[in-house]
Amino acid sequence: MATRYFGVAMKRREDPRFITGRGTYVDDLTLPGLVYAAMVRSPHAHARIKAIHKEKALQHPGVIAVFTGKDMVESGVKSLPCGWLLPGMKLPPHYPMAVDKVRHVGEIVAVVIAQDRYTAEDAAELVEVEYEPLPAVADGAKALQPGAPAVHDEAPDNVCFRWSIGDREKTDEAFRRAHRTVKVELVNQRLIPNAIEPRAAMAQYNPATDEYTLWVTSQNPHVHRLLMAAFVLGIPEHKLRVISPDVGGGFGSKIFLYPEETIVTWAAKQVGRPVKWTARRRESFVSDAHGRDHITEAELAVDEKGKILGMRVKTIANLGAYLSTFAPAIPTYLYGTLLSGQYEIPTIYCEVTGVFTHTTPVDAYRGAGRPEATYVVERLMDLMARELGEDPAEFRRKNFIPPDKFPYQTPVALQYDSGNYEGALNKALEAINYKELRRRQEELRKQGRYIGIGFSCYIEACGIAPSQVVGSLGAQAGLWESALVRVHPTGKVTVYTGSHTHGQGHETAFAQIVADELGIPIEDVEIVHGDTGSVPFGMGTYGSRSAPVGGSAIVLSLQKIKEKARKIAAHLLEAAEEDVVFEDGKFYVKGVPDRFKTFQEVALQAYLAHNYPPGLEPGLEASSFYDPKNFTFPFGTHICVVEVDPETGKVKILRYVAVDDAGRIINPLIAEGQVHGGIAQGIGQALLEGAIYDENAQLLSASLLDYALPRADDLPAFEIDHTVTPCPHNPLGVKGIGETGTIAATAATVNAVMDALAPFGIRHIDMPLTPEKIWRAIQAARAA
Amino acid sequence: MKVPVTVTVNGQVYQREVEPRMLLVHFLREVLGLTGTHVGCDTSQCGACVVLMDGKAVKSCTVFAVQADGAQITTIEGLARNGQLHPLQEGFWEMHGLQCGFCTPGMILAAYDLLQRNPNPTDEEIRHALEGNYCRCTGYHNIVRAVRYAAEKLRVQA
Repeated sequence: MATRYFGVAMKRREDPRFITGRGTYVDDLTLPGLVYAAMVRSPHAHARIKAIHKEKALQHPGVIAVFTGKDMVESGVKSLPCGWLLPGMKLPPHYPMAVDKVRHVGEIVAVVIAQDRYTAEDAAELVEVEYEPLPAVADGAKALQPGAPAVHDEAPDNVCFRWSIGDREKTDEAFRRAHRTVKVELVNQRLIPNAIEPRAAMAQYNPATDEYTLWVTSQNPHVHRLLMAAFVLGIPEHKLRVISPDVGGGFGSKIFLYPEETIVTWAAKQVGRPVKWTARRRESFVSDAHGRDHITEAELAVDEKGKILGMRVKTIANLGAYLSTFAPAIPTYLYGTLLSGQYEIPTIYCEVTGVFTHTTPVDAYRGAGRPEATYVVERLMDLMARELGEDPAEFRRKNFIPPDKFPYQTPVALQYDSGNYEGALNKALEAINYKELRRRQEELRKQGRYIGIGFSCYIEACGIAPSQVVGSLGAQAGLWESALVRVHPTGKVTVYTGSHTHGQGHETAFAQIVADELGIPIEDVEIVHGDTGSVPFGMGTYGSRSAPVGGSAIVLSLQKIKEKARKIAAHLLEAAEEDVVFEDGKFYVKGVPDRFKTFQEVALQAYLAHNYPPGLEPGLEASSFYDPKNFTFPFGTHICVVEVDPETGKVKILRYVAVDDAGRIINPLIAEGQVHGGIAQGIGQALLEGAIYDENAQLLSASLLDYALPRADDLPAFEIDHTVTPCPHNPLGVKGIGETGTIAATAATVNAVMDALAPFGIRHIDMPLTPEKIWRAIQAARAA
Repeated sequence: MKVPVTVTVNGQVYQREVEPRMLLVHFLREVLGLTGTHVGCDTSQCGACVVLMDGKAVKSCTVFAVQADGAQITTIEGLARNGQLHPLQEGFWEMHGLQCGFCTPGMILAAYDLLQRNPNPTDEEIRHALEGNYCRCTGYHNIVRAVRYAAEKLRVQA
């Protein structure tokens, strides 16, 4: 295969529409007769609904209808399903609108449909809901205390599940014979994803054909269709078309089936007109699935030589009030399995308690479980290095899984396929000029200036995932991907991918693969995604799966295309099929390159079928479903350098170096962009972001005024490099790159700040590391 | 109840009747069908709705349509001239200054405002000028490069 495109930093083909304002996001769409929905949301975290009075709202001019949860349930609407089940898990129902009780602030109790957005919102305020407020609990640990208010009757102790992985006895034994141990209590705070495009849905029902069309901000339109049709609304799957057009960022939050799109789809039939809802940011804060929210106790044990003997982790995972689509998987199989990090750890034991609270549901947010695991591992590594008085880089190096031990079986289920951790570490150390930087740190400390150097040597399991494996772990879905490659008579190609791009650049990267494989100009390739009406059933984009799984599916289809095209070419060249080679878009008989048929000539003949191999079907298209053989395991080292102002507690990031290994890189421009964005979100968690609930489970940080997202002047320029260890088990040799930055950056940044504060004897501060928290810690340390 | 407004958008004069409370961003998107200007928040934080009003960047979610009566508005749709991308549009494309594209129109117009005031900004000045515009995808790294690219190109042109 000639690589004219693979590996080239091509400008993105999707950009012209975005830079000229011609993108098409859901809220940009309109339909004749369109009406608007406004949600009436609970102001209480926990309350019984005594009555809902619709009259005033219905009398408001321009209002078409008002519906409540009772209306939906009485018409046969069922609970939103959970797509991942753990043994013994409690699974309380989750109706699109609350029926008898509300269980978090922002839960929907009614919907107003009106002729325009402003009228709908006016009338939503006229819906009178009589609540009987009940005690509420927002904190995961408090929810487990005896006497805590129960979120669901089905789980009186608020425990959804208790889950563990690893060998408890062996791990306890390792701690008993340890030379040294460290222990830390960590809060991995709740985050609110905040894709800049708010979620939106527009639905249309055609009574003549009994067909629905839903436009929705989705990372996986087929999953939306399946869950909504088969489980909630009872629409035959083939009568519901789901279209996810341009989507303005997802970061996990647009994976899940939410109440709003379900309500809008149902309501479109009730009112006989198309209905649109677009979240206000305030609604995004209380209704988009949140991320993280762990309370963890973690311990590490080493022997006399500083080699790790074992790790013990106990986590309370706050799931919120209801189980979102993939919620149970995130703090279990995407978390506990990653606790070995890059290290040889003979034994690990981790137990996780999944807890219901009166808060917005928690699910996958960029990294999903893996940033939480990396944070635990990398904080422990730093704390132990400090405990032993060793350099944190050298302590890590000493405990790396060496390159000759791959494939490596961890004690927490995963088998790493490949890795060269020292390679990435060395490159990062060199980039940062480590020795000189340590010397400079010493020098500055003497002047009362505090810089810190923080490491994060992370591993990620992505390219999710072998269907049988995830099925055995509780997934209610297969995690393969689909691709249909359609060659048109003129040799132009349309690829229908089950992956979905909402910023990742598939329209460019996938086209690079196709153009190379078929030896055609990239302009001749179109990538189509996000429409169940044209794309074969696909699983969508999350878990850094598009390149390794979605890309591999495309390669499989391209192979089928080439096989069939070769048959046609052999016939046209009057040669034996096995003698025909395909190179740079031309088929020719081996050794006779000047007598050839172009790919375009062969495509045309496939559709004419005049001069054609006997018995071969006309046409040239192929579809494939690729089920990955394993996860892929990107890894790398990130180093963050900060300076802390001891008088204000303010952290300034001086440098940020990332060396990632995501295997072969399809488009370096796009890959680096993914790393940049990931790092920004990881730093956001370390320094700025955090959802704050008060003692009544009111979300205090419910707007962008109150919730600090990273701004341009909060972040440094990033220094990006990579190593290349190809993935051994997929046809492209690629891993995932979308989440590495987020997985690595949080730990690197916190470790850097703690390193800066080491002279004060400060060992740990929980995120976000705001100036106030740091200032207080310094004051306390100085007083002591 | 409705009041008449006359607004010039991207060089074209529009006369419409609107509710006094209608926001400029909704006027642009829903009345005129210019959906390139986006809404990302309710609190004037995100900057997705930035347009130029009489040459200056404003958050169009914080301006009533009636306040724009008689004004000249430039939206992202009006930035390219005669099929030629503006150097900022070109810069965002060249430098991969966008991913999902949702913040991009507001980001470009906020940068436009900066370059009018300061044709040769440092990276720090660019970051400071764009602090009213959130991007959740790029980490701003390539946005800074994109603005620098445009600044250089505009200086060469000037």
